[in-house]
Amino acid sequence: MDAILATGIQALTGIASLLLVSLGLAIVFGMMRVINLAHGEFLMLGAYSAILAVEAGVNLWVAMLVVAPVCVGLLGAVVERLVIRRLYGRMVDTMLATWGLSLALIGAVTMAFGNSVAGFSAPLGSVQIGAYSTSGYGLFLIGATVVLLLAVWMVLRFTPVGLIARGTMQNAGMAAALGVPTERVYALSFAAGAAVSGLAGALMAPFSGVVPTMGTAYIAKCFITVITGGAAMLAGTATAAGLLGSVNTIGTFAFTPVLGEVLMLGVAIVLLRLLPQGITGRFFRRAL
Amino acid sequence: MHRRTLLAAGGLAAPLVMQHAALGADPIKVVGIHDASGGLDIYGKPMIACLDFAVEEINAAGGLIGRPLAVTNYDPQSNIQLYTQFATQAATKDKAAVVHAGITSASREAIRPVLKRYNTLYFYNTQYEGGVCDRNAFCTGSTPAQNVSRLVPHVMKKWGKKVYILAADYNYGQITSKWVTKFTRENGGEVVGLDFFPLDVTNFGPAIQKIQAAKPDIVMSVLVGGAHISFYRQWAAAGMKSRIPMVSTTLGGGNESLVLSPEEGDGIICAFSYFQEVDTPANKAFLAKFKAKLGASTPYLGGELAMRSYVGVNLWAEGVRRAKSIDRMKVIEALESGVSFAGPPGLTTLDPKTHHTTVDVFIAEVKNKGFQVLETFPQSPPSDTQSVCDLQKEPNASKQVVVDIKT
Repeated sequence: MDAILATGIQALTGIASLLLVSLGLAIVFGMMRVINLAHGEFLMLGAYSAILAVEAGVNLWVAMLVVAPVCVGLLGAVVERLVIRRLYGRMVDTMLATWGLSLALIGAVTMAFGNSVAGFSAPLGSVQIGAYSTSGYGLFLIGATVVLLLAVWMVLRFTPVGLIARGTMQNAGMAAALGVPTERVYALSFAAGAAVSGLAGALMAPFSGVVPTMGTAYIAKCFITVITGGAAMLAGTATAAGLLGSVNTIGTFAFTPVLGEVLMLGVAIVLLRLLPQGITGRFFRRAL
Repeated sequence: MHRRTLLAAGGLAAPLVMQHAALGADPIKVVGIHDASGGLDIYGKPMIACLDFAVEEINAAGGLIGRPLAVTNYDPQSNIQLYTQFATQAATKDKAAVVHAGITSASREAIRPVLKRYNTLYFYNTQYEGGVCDRNAFCTGSTPAQNVSRLVPHVMKKWGKKVYILAADYNYGQITSKWVTKFTRENGGEVVGLDFFPLDVTNFGPAIQKIQAAKPDIVMSVLVGGAHISFYRQWAAAGMKSRIPMVSTTLGGGNESLVLSPEEGDGIICAFSYFQEVDTPANKAFLAKFKAKLGASTPYLGGELAMRSYVGVNLWAEGVRRAKSIDRMKVIEALESGVSFAGPPGLTTLDPKTHHTTVDVFIAEVKNKGFQVLETFPQSPPSDTQSVCDLQKEPNASKQVVVDIKT
């Protein structure tokens, strides 16, 4: 019983991490159809802003939950203004530009902080579940992901801002005709996606080492999750993360960490063969 | 990068050359290839510092056979491809008299054949899994018959018979975990679990859960590099540190004990052929000079990796002195005549048959970001490699013999 519970928590942690790192991309790619190959670097910058803030004496929680999303969100706004804005609707050009941005950010951070591993320890100590003990921070990560997902969903579903954003994404021309400043909506959405990525990177920092190239470890997983999820941004990403995260964790438990990753990618490939439009291309089609 | 390293090396070498201009001789080229960046920089940076220090000491004493040494350090950035590239460059362009290089066994096996092909003398200065049998290569670090064979019985006597092994997924981890299994069984113990992790894995949650399910008496970490440090963090965060004691064949090779907080690191037991805390007059004198030279940028030396680089340069220097030449074969023959170096870690003697070393081995415990030496085993021979390799009978061997361990 304890073993099942402990394994369940481990699986939930896996799912939460996957969902957390993918959510920012889901907003940028799922909503705006912008293929942001610099997404991994937004995560990395989030982690670095948190580390720098902690080293400067800022409280750990403030550094992770406030400093990181604000910094990366601002950077996202700048990037949108300088690069992305000029390339809406030109998917291949956007890919090229954001890939270049990704390389430039890795290079810049390497120059500034060196190509070595940094990090801080996970707060919150440990939690006892029967005969097993697990880190309290893992549980916090699960909770934080749920809260973040709910928050994004509520903003999109219940607030006028969310309504305008969804309308603009569905039909920008019509929204503009109704007097919506679509450019500003795009800019805000991109910045929001970047902020969520920064937050995710900071939250993942205590679990993984922080290096300038850490984004490359996540970017493929993020795209696979969002694409497997399909058209409905939140429901899709959440179900895809749930499925792929469980497969990964079960594979890791049953075999090895390597096979866990292989199985996850295998499942994603089979799923996309069967459901080319992603999970929400067939199920939960009306969801957000 | 390349240009920058050369400039730096040039800047470093210039004063040395001028200092010895009176000798009127060409400098002897020494090349170092160690990761100064990337995931393995925790090992590489102190190794480079010790290599440079050894060379500076030799130069200050008048160089070798009337010629100063000029050292060039390349940074392969934890990238195996760059290792072969720099090794080729060291052999063909720099025409190095000796190359001191390699941290992981993967990097060693990448460059060892290159240097053999170009007839360039090679020194590998870290502890590793043993078995390299190559007349062109000298391995100056300790091997499992020297460290694991001491470590396993020590901790089994202390804590119990059930061992769970976590190892890095490449040749070092694979082979060392076999050695751990062998010594555990020979001491009447049992391996209750064995997991391998690629060097970039950072999530050890499932592994920690599996260990708890297996209920071992001891966890043995053969994990390597910066990413794997997160294991020790997550282990402590899961509250496991006070429940199952941990041993490691690798921790302390770099600055792991410094990066980890005392709560995360204290009590982990390791075995190496040197610890910075070794309490001998020779070591104290070395550390004082080392600190005086490097000042605030003095790295923490931890376990043996950095110190073996210092010893490796000195052993090679002794070979050159005896050969009175930098000709490769003459130096190899001189080194095979029974060279030894009495340095900070005690007496190191080269074994002519295997090109490995007989060393003092220490068992130590992580304590407050450093180590406390618990036990010393003087003059341990590299018996693992000795059982499979005899370069006097097979001078043309160029292989790594994997000792057969029945599992």
